[in-house]
Amino acid sequence: MLRFAIQRLLGAIPTLLVLITLAFFLIRLAPGGPFDTEKTLPPEIEANLRAAYNLDESLPVQLGRYLWNLAQGDFGPSFQYRDFTVTELIATGFPVSLRLGSLAMALALVLGISAGTLAALRQNRPVDYTVMGAAMTGISIPNFVLAPLLVLVFAIWLRWLPAGGLGDGSLRFVVLPVIALALPQVAYIARLTRGSMIEVLRSPFTRTARAQGLPTRTVILRHALKPALLPVVSYLGPALAAIITGSVVVEQIFGVPGLGRFFVQGALNRDYTLVMGVVVFYGSLIIALNFLVDLVYGWLDPRLRHG
Amino acid sequence: MTRILLILLPAVALWLAACGPAEDASPPAKIGGGSGTERAAVQVLRVGNGAEPQTLDPHRAEGVPESNILRDLFEGLVGEAPDGSLVPGAAESWAISDDGLVYTFTIRADARWSNGEPVTARDFEFGLRRAVDPATLSVYSSVLFPIVNAEAIVDGELSPDQLGVRAVDDRTLEIRLNDPTPYLLGLLTHSTTYPVYPPNLDEHGERFARPGKLVSNGAYQLSDWVVQSHVRLERNPHYWDGADTQIDEVWYYAIENPDAELKRYRADELDITDGLPYNQLTWVRNELGDELEVAPWFGSYYFGFNLTKPPFKDAKDLRTALAMAIDRDILTGRVTGAGEIAAYGWVPPAAGYTGQQRGWATWAQAERNAEAQRLYAQAGYSSDNPLRVEVLYNTNENHKRISVAIASMWKEVLGVETSLVNQEWKVFLDTKNRKEDTQVFRAGWIGDYDDAYSFAQLMHSKNAQNDSGYVSPVYDDLLDRAAREPDAAKRIALLEEAERVLLEDLPIIPIYFYVSKHLVKPWVGGWTPNVMDRHPKKDFYILSH
Repeated sequence: MLRFAIQRLLGAIPTLLVLITLAFFLIRLAPGGPFDTEKTLPPEIEANLRAAYNLDESLPVQLGRYLWNLAQGDFGPSFQYRDFTVTELIATGFPVSLRLGSLAMALALVLGISAGTLAALRQNRPVDYTVMGAAMTGISIPNFVLAPLLVLVFAIWLRWLPAGGLGDGSLRFVVLPVIALALPQVAYIARLTRGSMIEVLRSPFTRTARAQGLPTRTVILRHALKPALLPVVSYLGPALAAIITGSVVVEQIFGVPGLGRFFVQGALNRDYTLVMGVVVFYGSLIIALNFLVDLVYGWLDPRLRHG
Repeated sequence: MTRILLILLPAVALWLAACGPAEDASPPAKIGGGSGTERAAVQVLRVGNGAEPQTLDPHRAEGVPESNILRDLFEGLVGEAPDGSLVPGAAESWAISDDGLVYTFTIRADARWSNGEPVTARDFEFGLRRAVDPATLSVYSSVLFPIVNAEAIVDGELSPDQLGVRAVDDRTLEIRLNDPTPYLLGLLTHSTTYPVYPPNLDEHGERFARPGKLVSNGAYQLSDWVVQSHVRLERNPHYWDGADTQIDEVWYYAIENPDAELKRYRADELDITDGLPYNQLTWVRNELGDELEVAPWFGSYYFGFNLTKPPFKDAKDLRTALAMAIDRDILTGRVTGAGEIAAYGWVPPAAGYTGQQRGWATWAQAERNAEAQRLYAQAGYSSDNPLRVEVLYNTNENHKRISVAIASMWKEVLGVETSLVNQEWKVFLDTKNRKEDTQVFRAGWIGDYDDAYSFAQLMHSKNAQNDSGYVSPVYDDLLDRAAREPDAAKRIALLEEAERVLLEDLPIIPIYFYVSKHLVKPWVGGWTPNVMDRHPKKDFYILSH
């Protein structure tokens, strides 16, 4: 197990290097640069700026410099937000995104698993059709449609919740973004849970448990739920990626100052270092979390653990 | 099925948005109490401010969002009254030498930094020197070029202490100019001329413009800054005019999307918006008409020709034909519709300046069309040999609608085949600036200071902003003479003459003059429309509501 873990960790380094190099060249391929503004700069001032941010060097030298600084934990200065370093921006943006993302993930899991289990237990009955119908709708509504609708109903008409921003950081401000982020995932997870729960409920060991006279509650919670969740666990990696990409849209719509918003604005502003910083940070995070999912999978499925 | 839903849902969303219940307008009598002027107990103003500010370092700032905040944080030598007129700022008075080349300012005895230290002439000297120092990387330092040696210092040929600015004593500042520059006082409201607190830089280096570090001399000080969320300002307790300042706290929210901003305004999270979504203008008029503030703004919306390449190189007749065939009344009346002013000249209405226009500006559109057809034919084009032209604009719904309308007018009147190309903002800037692939491009310009020269200089052959590639020795000469002219009336006459030359050559097609558009809550007091669209927050107050 330990050897497996170390191997996976070492394998992540080349992945990251490829990611960094690709991102580095892709962002520079986009026409226009960080210092192109409506007001064209006098050439000498532009030259000063380019020199100050090392943009006058050749690309391989810039890449080398970037990697060297990165190895020391330095993401460089933001080209756009000149009073901040990228490290500082990630340090302020990530907690915001993390809070949003983990709340959305928790909500998606709780709602999704409950709804899916319920539907499986009432297979082909009205409850099942309702839950699955709702899930289908949830999957079909993109969050850029859902988010403005939520704002319209809950912030403008009913005035229960804020329309956007971070405010004082209290929970009221994250309710709508979390729902917008979680709903499509609730739907996926509900469908996954339902499918695998139906399969598990038909399997011999469940039948045995029932035959022994255990109450349904115990059969479901103690015996059926754990194996039924395997597909959900393997979906956690993609779900996380979906929540991260979803946050790019949702944070933008709600004006939440998280990494997703930094990424979008950074790309529009050609803020090379900020975009790179977010890519590297999220890239590392996804690699690390996929690794964790592998470990959890091993714990849930004895066949893998002992295999 | 999914696809049908995807198409239907936005439509449903729009429909829902359109037929939502009207704002429950609280009875107007409540606002401001019985007298109508009663102040709210909490004087906090929440303002939508467009994009996230790039920096709050006054010498490195360039955009409008930064300027809005810096105007509250700092005070230049000259200040602005709510109506935009110039008033004494950190300087209580000034004297101008007879030749117009030396300005001597007297700093207020009671001007204070937010830490209580006096603001001195030396702080201004330090600030101006820093602004032109190439090491500061100021992108706006070129506005200081009228000051002696400024250009050579920016170019790195002289050291910053050779700038023509001198603190004679703690309260007297002398600024020497290359040429009489009548707009200097207006320029001194610009953030590039603000003072900075020298120990701030010694202590914190280049990143001193941060909460807890920044010391400022305006009505407010920086208390919080969450990037991509908001900037919060609190009163500067030592500000000399604090007794007349009513707003205690200002929140500037970074919301670049006008739709999102409108939602937050409707949810009462904002008191003033930065702008308005064009596609909701009718709805806003109907539902929030009383809160809509539209006023002339010092800006020009135009199409530029690329004069360095065919078909527009040396083709004055063709350019004139295209300019005449546009029905501006339809554009401003039905396409933009916020009250924009049809433009036949380059300089928007400015104090003391008579805007110029060509004779055909007063003709009926039918007459213009006939003349346009004649010029078009004269330039060698016909229905068998139509002009094929590409119009480039940056991706934006409003620019698209205007371009489509103009293309159809050209098609109808002249038979021109127009293709429309949109590009994302930075790509657009790059394409436009290279002058390689462009033929006609959409552009706009907002004046930096309230003077016709702020527009005139853009078309000078040496201006980096001259994306048409317009080169006219006559025009350049008139502008250079205007810059040297000490007599105000003669100078204006030279600038007006220059605009006539420009309009005769038509390197651009004037389309309309901008209006500023804001929504202002009924309980916000002190809103005064002005042509520069600048609104220092110290002049505002909140009525009880």
